Amino acid sequence: MNSDLKNKGMSLIVKTITRLTVGLILLYGIYIVLHGHISPGGGFAGGVIIALAFIHLMLAFGKDEVLKILPVTFVSLLESLGAVLFLSIAILGFLGGYFFMDWFAKGKPFKLFSAGSIIFSNIGIGLKVSLGLFGIFLVLILLKFKAKK
Amino acid sequence: MTFIPLFVVLPLLGAFIISFVGKYKKCFSDIFTNIITLTLAFLSFYSIFLLNTKSSLYIYKVGGWAPPFGISLVLDGLSVFMLVTVNILAFLITLFCINYMEKFTSKFRFYTLFLLMLAGMNGIIITADIFNLFVFLEIASVASYALVAYGIESEELEASFKYMMMGSLASLFILLSIAFLYSYASTLNMADLAQVLKEKGVNKVVTFAFVLFLVGFGLKAAIVPFHAWLPDAHPSAPAPISAALSGVLIKVLGIYSLIRISTIIGINKLFSNTLMFLGGLSIIVGVLLAIGQMDLKRLLAYHSISQVGYIILGLGIGTPLGVSGGLFHLFNHSIFKSLLFLNSGAIEYTIGTRNLDQMGGLREKMPITSATCLIASMSISGIPPFNGFFSKLLIVLACIKSGYIGYGIVAVIGSILTLSSFMKVQRYAFFGSLSKKSQEAKEVPSFMKLAMLILAIICSVGGLLIFKDIGNYFIKPAQEIIVK
Repeated sequence: MNSDLKNKGMSLIVKTITRLTVGLILLYGIYIVLHGHISPGGGFAGGVIIALAFIHLMLAFGKDEVLKILPVTFVSLLESLGAVLFLSIAILGFLGGYFFMDWFAKGKPFKLFSAGSIIFSNIGIGLKVSLGLFGIFLVLILLKFKAKK
Repeated sequence: MTFIPLFVVLPLLGAFIISFVGKYKKCFSDIFTNIITLTLAFLSFYSIFLLNTKSSLYIYKVGGWAPPFGISLVLDGLSVFMLVTVNILAFLITLFCINYMEKFTSKFRFYTLFLLMLAGMNGIIITADIFNLFVFLEIASVASYALVAYGIESEELEASFKYMMMGSLASLFILLSIAFLYSYASTLNMADLAQVLKEKGVNKVVTFAFVLFLVGFGLKAAIVPFHAWLPDAHPSAPAPISAALSGVLIKVLGIYSLIRISTIIGINKLFSNTLMFLGGLSIIVGVLLAIGQMDLKRLLAYHSISQVGYIILGLGIGTPLGVSGGLFHLFNHSIFKSLLFLNSGAIEYTIGTRNLDQMGGLREKMPITSATCLIASMSISGIPPFNGFFSKLLIVLACIKSGYIGYGIVAVIGSILTLSSFMKVQRYAFFGSLSKKSQEAKEVPSFMKLAMLILAIICSVGGLLIFKDIGNYFIKPAQEIIVK
């Protein structure tokens, strides 16, 4: 790690703790998204936790580090993709006869693949919410207006 | 009918696809948006045809769930009437945008927001579930807050903030009253709710919920005591958005939703008197505030308040004649007010100002803009061959027939004052000698001319809807939903 990078962001203690915890937070968020249909949580709650992992990283290391991994264009692209994914699952319902119809195989109760297309909808919502929330955070940092005198 | 959800699906799909393809291909968003709005306009005309030839009511079960449990979408006389009004205008406005929005950066974001707003409005119209109505109402409102602030100047941001505060307050009232109704009736489906309320009877909880609805939707429709946000918000947006906001958004979010809710709960004497009083008040206050304005778009925004007053007055009378007059005026107003806003946009496009003082003599430089603006001005002030005259005539006749002579006189006085203020607009902007700014004015590009011409043609022939042979297919089915 060069000295320039060391000076950005918060102190060494914060950075070390962040390095340890951020993966766990991200994993927990993904868990909440994927298990939304069998345990409490879902796309929105999991998406918020995933966004918090990124924001956590940004607070500790400064914006340049995070923007290297997740550029703004990439964030907005994935966010739109999440919305399109959710909508296309709804449109695929036309195959079963109705808009939003859940025509996938249902599977065994309490297993991961057990509620038809709900898991895919949750992934779509998770993408949209996590990157949408992170995008709002980014915009608040990047956009600066000149104050009127 | 399987195509009913397309009214929501197509604009939503368009919005998200444009948001990530539009950045890389410039003309894609223009073409794609226009294809979507044109398709929606055709679908809405096709649904008029379906409604008059086959069944008069279509119910679509979303996800295959039966009505009281799932969300259902409904196509009946009233919703088809509103769908046609909204989707014709949406198409003509996007046509106008092709040239007009060139002066703004990142045009594709504008189209994304516009299509989201359109999805929200279409959703409000076709849904048959009051909580779903609230969700679509929020989609349309949030998109419109962003569109008002589209120019990101300090004035626009301030107007948008004010609009957002008032809009959120209105949404809060609406949500609260939906909660009250749900706690009383334990159902959210509109048809089911009407059934339960009929069995259980209307008590104080329902009346209170209804008053909250009146305040909430009144704020969205900018009826007079709740109108303070409109004269700031509507002029601040880019001209095509002002046209969409004044032309259809306040009607769908405010008036249509209020009518829908009142058909569920039932209209009583007190409610109808309240509506008539608010309508009469809006007519006079709106037009009096409009006369003194020198900012063209602000003047038009005040006139929106006044013309919404006519619609509310007509609907408040509650007789078949009055309701048809109100609905007819709703359609007409959305046409001529959008045309006027597009004209103001055309003037701003060439000479860069919307201050009436700095215009003058534009009749020679911009023949099509001035001709269409003249037609729209005559329509809004109720000069005979144009559409505005017939709907105002119906409203005044309905007032007199039901014995409310006072309200009839108010409507006529409002019309005369409207005429005077539009004579002022014509005098300052189009007639007289050329001002310094209008020396270098040119006629606007072709798509803008085309959109204005089509709207002017609808203004000229729209009066034909008063004849029974034509109006029976369009206005009568809508009126029968409200007054049985």
